[in-house]
Amino acid sequence: MKKLLLALAATTMLTGSAFAGSHSPVKIGVILGFTGPIESITPAMGAAAELAMKEVSDSGKLLDGVKVESVRADSTCVDAAAATAAAERLITSDKVAAIMGADCSGVTGAILQNAARPNGIVMISPSATSPGLSDAEDDGLFFRTAPSDARQGEIVADILTGKGVKSIAITYTNNDYGKGLSDAIKANFEKAGGTVTIVAAHEDGKGDYSAEVGALAQAGGEVLVVAGYVDQGGKGVIQGALDTGAFDTFYLPDGMVGDSLAEAIGEGLNGSYGANPGTDSPGAASFQEMAKAADFDGTSSFAAESYDAAALIMLAMEAAGSTASADLKAKVMDVANAPGEKIFPGELAKALELIKAGTDIDYVGATAVELIGPGESAGNYREIEIKDGKLSVVGYR
Amino acid sequence: MESYANAFVVLLNFLIIPGLAYGSQLALGALGVTIIYSVLRFSNFAHGEAMSFGAMFTILTTWLFQSWGWHLGPLPTAIIALPVGCLVTVIFLLGTDKLVYQFYRKQKAAPVIYMIASVGVVFVMNGIIRFIIGPRDQSFADGARFIFTARDFKEWFGLSESLALRSTTVITIVTAIIVVAIVFWFLNKTRTGKSMRAYSDNEDLALLSGIDPDKVVRVAWIITAILATVAGTLYGLDKSYKPFTYLQLLLPIFAAAIVGGVGNPVGAIVGGLVIAFSEIAVTFAYTKVIAYTLPEFMHVDGLAQLLSTDYKFAVSFVILVVVLLIKPTGIMGGKTI
Repeated sequence: MKKLLLALAATTMLTGSAFAGSHSPVKIGVILGFTGPIESITPAMGAAAELAMKEVSDSGKLLDGVKVESVRADSTCVDAAAATAAAERLITSDKVAAIMGADCSGVTGAILQNAARPNGIVMISPSATSPGLSDAEDDGLFFRTAPSDARQGEIVADILTGKGVKSIAITYTNNDYGKGLSDAIKANFEKAGGTVTIVAAHEDGKGDYSAEVGALAQAGGEVLVVAGYVDQGGKGVIQGALDTGAFDTFYLPDGMVGDSLAEAIGEGLNGSYGANPGTDSPGAASFQEMAKAADFDGTSSFAAESYDAAALIMLAMEAAGSTASADLKAKVMDVANAPGEKIFPGELAKALELIKAGTDIDYVGATAVELIGPGESAGNYREIEIKDGKLSVVGYR
Repeated sequence: MESYANAFVVLLNFLIIPGLAYGSQLALGALGVTIIYSVLRFSNFAHGEAMSFGAMFTILTTWLFQSWGWHLGPLPTAIIALPVGCLVTVIFLLGTDKLVYQFYRKQKAAPVIYMIASVGVVFVMNGIIRFIIGPRDQSFADGARFIFTARDFKEWFGLSESLALRSTTVITIVTAIIVVAIVFWFLNKTRTGKSMRAYSDNEDLALLSGIDPDKVVRVAWIITAILATVAGTLYGLDKSYKPFTYLQLLLPIFAAAIVGGVGNPVGAIVGGLVIAFSEIAVTFAYTKVIAYTLPEFMHVDGLAQLLSTDYKFAVSFVILVVVLLIKPTGIMGGKTI
């Protein structure tokens, strides 16, 4: 028995070292709010990022056969201290090469300043949209495949004035995302000549929104803009406003667009409209099929952006010829933007080959990524309307 | 006269009815916290999770009944599923007591140790709930949604303001009244209830007069489990069920229990209503009410809001602090924590 154990131990050590000898796998951190207010959309986001990693690992083409491993960590979405500690763990103990994340704007800023910058680790967020992150000090380490909400503010004002709306009430989820977005909407809508009757915050996860609905109802307005989350306070406010008869038309920004909302609220939502990041590029459709094959919901918010974020990290590694953040950070913009051969989801192996052959690529991905300014997505929006209890796409902007 | 009616309808629709519903939910929660506090002498932080757990089992049973085609007509099916949810929660909480709290009771541990143990229980229950039903929103309400809608009301009365009454709101308030009445009757009229109060007042004396402490503890957990399940389910019916919200609900529930007076059942009800109404009333925009009731020269252009809704939670905690400073035992006089 003792001999057997010894032999076993020896073999494991052998295989272990043999593994390390050829190509030790590179680790990419996936830090998302697996618990907390957005815990219902993060599983799909994580799965999408890991789908891209699996695609690259299986191809065996990244830097001549380096495997990619995902290490998950919990950003909690709201607790900056916990998120920083989790990121610190990823960097110092798991030794990740780069980070796909974080998700919510507040924790993303905290991780960037307290963990990523001090250690020089690249992070690409799929979903942090706060305008504040555009001019955050980042040493060239921070990118996002989601557009800044400053851009969304313009879109919202355009759509609303296009429909002839003169006065709106705004409620926002009380965090960096909601505040940034509501400020952008207010500024743009007022610039376009509209009136904003009230801007009231609501807190997520609190179940009771009578007070907010009361205040919003008294202020009035033709349309209520709900800058919140689809399965959080945003839904509660809409439900309350409909039940009390305070508003009957709602504008739904990106965080609020989701089939679950139409399902949960039903016919009351008919006639409401909104827009969320989305594109009619062929990449979006092929990503949906891949998601279906991998058994997760590709339409879930920010799942496509997560795939793109992970893909960009790995393509930049190949372009830099190194898995180190210090090398790959300069290549992210190159692989993401034109000129070059267009790369769609599912074509990562082809992209790696092209890069190795020295051909320029333009990663289009699932969300038609085009990184502008400080490394954030230019933003393509899908305008939707709710008819007969279903989301229907009415156009792209 | 019509303008006064309009003002009253505005208040009823946006302040009084929502306040009553929210207040009843908080009161049921606070009652559970208070019973555990008076019998086991610790702040049970796992109460929010117990509500979530009970609601979860009620939802699972509701789905089962719905799949069998059982319906209650205009009433939600969840009402017939409630007893099953209560039963499972009772078993679960008694199990937790056996596994966790009994050990500390034998050790005669300080209340703060119980409290920390209950925080541990929170995390375990949190995990179990997410494991069984997942972190997502679940909808299980069926039956008629409204008793009358805002549109109906306008047609009936022809006022410019209107009022909607949801069936879940009425069910919440009615069930809360019934449950509270039963608990009070139990505590004041039955032998077991009296022995619980005796045990709560003076443990040693109660033991001397032959009260079985194990039985008292058991009954306390059973009542708490039932209260938690009812409160959790009503909350889920009225708003929506999402595991995450129940942990958040713990703060206003504790605020309600403390404001009313911990360990005092009447206090729990009063506290629940005080917290609910103050959260809504202080942040309410009174423009329309002023426009309807006061003469023209006093009308305001702004929102006439005392505080922005951002400060909603600050309100309940300011009340909490003031009550603790002026009357540490709470409005109705309970124990000090």
